[in-house]
Amino acid sequence: MKEKNSFKMEFPSKSVNEAFARSAAACFTAQLDPTLDELGDIKTAVSEAVTNCIVHAYPDSLGKICLKARIFPDNTVEIKIKDWGRGIDDVAKAREPMYTTGGDERSGMGFTIMESFTDTLKVVSKPGKGTLVTMRRKIAVKE
Amino acid sequence: MKIITDISGGRMTVRLIGELDHHGARQTMLEIIDRIDMNLPRTLVLDMSGLTFMDSSGIAVVLKSYKSMKELGGRMLVANVPKQAMKVLDASGVQRIITISALHE
Repeated sequence: MKEKNSFKMEFPSKSVNEAFARSAAACFTAQLDPTLDELGDIKTAVSEAVTNCIVHAYPDSLGKICLKARIFPDNTVEIKIKDWGRGIDDVAKAREPMYTTGGDERSGMGFTIMESFTDTLKVVSKPGKGTLVTMRRKIAVKE
Repeated sequence: MKIITDISGGRMTVRLIGELDHHGARQTMLEIIDRIDMNLPRTLVLDMSGLTFMDSSGIAVVLKSYKSMKELGGRMLVANVPKQAMKVLDASGVQRIITISALHE
């Protein structure tokens, strides 16, 4: 499917950028005329993915995070969030609800929430190389 | 993230105002626990009516506050949860152990 529109941004893994990244993704999605609920879903899923990069990919240093978004003719928005950090040893395990390596400050619900707030979630990771999270969400066409 | 505390009798209401994400979660958690330790309430109400956004970082804040109140032998309620934050709490299943009520928007 050919994309209708796209954007790309890059920022360092500072926690202050969590709000920036989710707002940018929501603003880009706004051209599809989403409901507030749909925008809330996009913001939440992006927030989880970016937080994962900051907490897990680059635990002791600052690194680069790249967010790419595309819009397709069927009103689907695709968001890719990529880091070049530590990577995930066992993706299936990381996607399990309540599983976390982040201690009691993290709930272990990040991937579960990304999954329930989007239509598809793909996670590709190589230990030591980084992680790519791809999420797709179809925005309902309004009358 | 702003926190406003109101105490009446043994009941402490903590109002969370703004966006609750990983960026502000640690500070929020420390402040809530500090206020619990200072006031030793019998009931803690986390009032979320002022939240404009919450992600899974908020679940950890709720769970940690709950643990803190349990250690005191007290109880905790989460009240006035806006729609977006409610969806996050719903996905987590915490309402199996904590009483949560929605904001009437």
